[in-house]
Amino acid sequence: MRAPVNDRADRDGSLRMSGTVERGSFHLAVDLFVAPGEVLGVLGPNGAGKTTLLRALSGLEALSTGSIHLGPLTLDDAATDTFVPTQRRPVGLVFQNYRLFPHLDVRDNVAYAPRVQGAGRRQARATADTWLERLDLTALAGRRPHQISGGQAQRVALARALAADPGLLLLDEPLSALDAKTRLDVRAQLRSHIGEFNGPALIITHDPLEAMIMADRLLVIENGRVVQQGRPAQVARQPATQYVARLMGLNLYSGTLDPATCQVLLDDGGTFTVTLGDDDPLASSGAGRSKRRVLVGLRPSAISIHTTRPAHASPRNVWKGSVASLELLADRVRVQVDSSPPALVDISSAAVADLALRPGTGVWLSAKATETEAYPDPGTPRRKSTEKE
Amino acid sequence: MQARGTIPWPLGVPALLAALFLLVPLAGLLVRAPWRGLPRLLADSQVLDALRLSLVCASAATAVSLVFGVSLAWVLARSRVRGISVLRALVTLPLVLPPVVGGVALLLAFGRQGILGRLLDEWTGITLPFTTAGVIVAETFVAMPFLVITVEGAFRACDRDYEEAAATLGASRLTVFRTVTLPLIGPSLLAGAVLCWARALGEFGATITFAGNFPGRTQTMPLAVYLALESDPDAAVALSLVLLVVSVAVLAGLRDRWLSTGTAP
Repeated sequence: MRAPVNDRADRDGSLRMSGTVERGSFHLAVDLFVAPGEVLGVLGPNGAGKTTLLRALSGLEALSTGSIHLGPLTLDDAATDTFVPTQRRPVGLVFQNYRLFPHLDVRDNVAYAPRVQGAGRRQARATADTWLERLDLTALAGRRPHQISGGQAQRVALARALAADPGLLLLDEPLSALDAKTRLDVRAQLRSHIGEFNGPALIITHDPLEAMIMADRLLVIENGRVVQQGRPAQVARQPATQYVARLMGLNLYSGTLDPATCQVLLDDGGTFTVTLGDDDPLASSGAGRSKRRVLVGLRPSAISIHTTRPAHASPRNVWKGSVASLELLADRVRVQVDSSPPALVDISSAAVADLALRPGTGVWLSAKATETEAYPDPGTPRRKSTEKE
Repeated sequence: MQARGTIPWPLGVPALLAALFLLVPLAGLLVRAPWRGLPRLLADSQVLDALRLSLVCASAATAVSLVFGVSLAWVLARSRVRGISVLRALVTLPLVLPPVVGGVALLLAFGRQGILGRLLDEWTGITLPFTTAGVIVAETFVAMPFLVITVEGAFRACDRDYEEAAATLGASRLTVFRTVTLPLIGPSLLAGAVLCWARALGEFGATITFAGNFPGRTQTMPLAVYLALESDPDAAVALSLVLLVVSVAVLAGLRDRWLSTGTAP
């Protein structure tokens, strides 16, 4: 039998993990806390360790060091050699490819957990029917998994996981197997279903929009390490790494700030003048206004592009480069410019025509100091900005 | 240029010869069959005894192989113990071992003076050689590896993803095996069982060596065919015809299942 977590209303059912997983040469180190009812979005590039994290939480992988606690339960503790095997963890996992049992119909898929946990066939089916109804799947009860659509399969997988009455819900890229159109519908539904779940929930994704919509808080993993945590709005505004910046569609530069002159000497070459508000922690940084490492975020639409050196003086950052590539986005053109520092610039397609931009065209870039957002570098190791996302 | 689909003669001629070589003897069996006397020959009580014994023993050997062989296949496919590959090679040795050698080995192990046979005799008074049980033992020895190898391949190919999913839903390993793994490899299990049964049905060498040739007790169809060839060639042909019909039926039954690997539902 599974450890009961039914009394999580009066006991703290939060998820607390602090530990590492070794998998061959791959090393994952994560500290996290998820409150009951909270949805944590886990973002990261492929191979960052997101799935390994889920496997550790669900017991498909053991921690090398550290521990995992869910409410009063210790699921894994390397120090005391405690390891609750997968089948006894009150953890529901919705796999990326859903993994519905092909030899069972939809109802028996959902009834699987109550059945193997000791309920009689009729009772298990009754439980399944409740969940099928709640997720609007009753009409599909008799179908086999290969007879339903991807969006339906996703809901069945969620129903199957929830029917086990888990204390922790994990979703591994729940929408990635769906086509773009279905994804929009399912995303909204999924958000509301997860919202009804009252334990902690983790949702893995590499789609920033998905993460923002589904999650209350974001955790970004790169190369097996947590590089940023925070509310979606904050992560979007002040990305800590090049990867996050690319996801959020920002230019991100690292450099050294001289608070006296408000000048940032960029690692990729060039200097930016930034504005520091009076309440900016950087302006009044405790260490006697000494030079310090910062990140500078710059929206592609905040950069202007010119074919001659701009004469007017108001934009205070001006630098030179050449067009590397042009890409048509929905309502604008994204111009990649080789320069120091390199930049992505968004302009209208009319402007592209007016300026006769093509790969190789020499251009001047300018950005107002007020558009550049400088914030302290959290100090995580970062890939070079020239690397592709 | 050659037209698409033409077969170059260096391949076509040997292919034709090979096909003829395989088919002509079977055709001969049909041509020379004593059709008119067939009902009389087959109604012979000894023939019926042999047929009944063959079917019973082959089915019993298949049942024994299913009970023990499926477990063995699972261990071979899933265990990460060192030396498991050596064990796999050894237990499938009967696949390539001449059956007569298998029979001799069985005698040395389970014969009245054999390593285990002596203990069995002393403790329970049971002796296996030259009994119907001995036939089943000999057939199981030769045929079980066919089941093991087929089912082991299916266990290997079987998607572990479903087993993981079952575990996250609270199923113990044994429950996962029963409710997910076995149903998923169903087609391969059936194919393995049919192969095993067909091999047991045709078993000759190990059976005659270990169990002898006593009509009604250990004389199975292949043994009866061989013996009849000396005394009553017509009967031998008639018996062969029965075995041929059984083989064709098995082949037809397998055809649909054979191509499915066992992981597909």
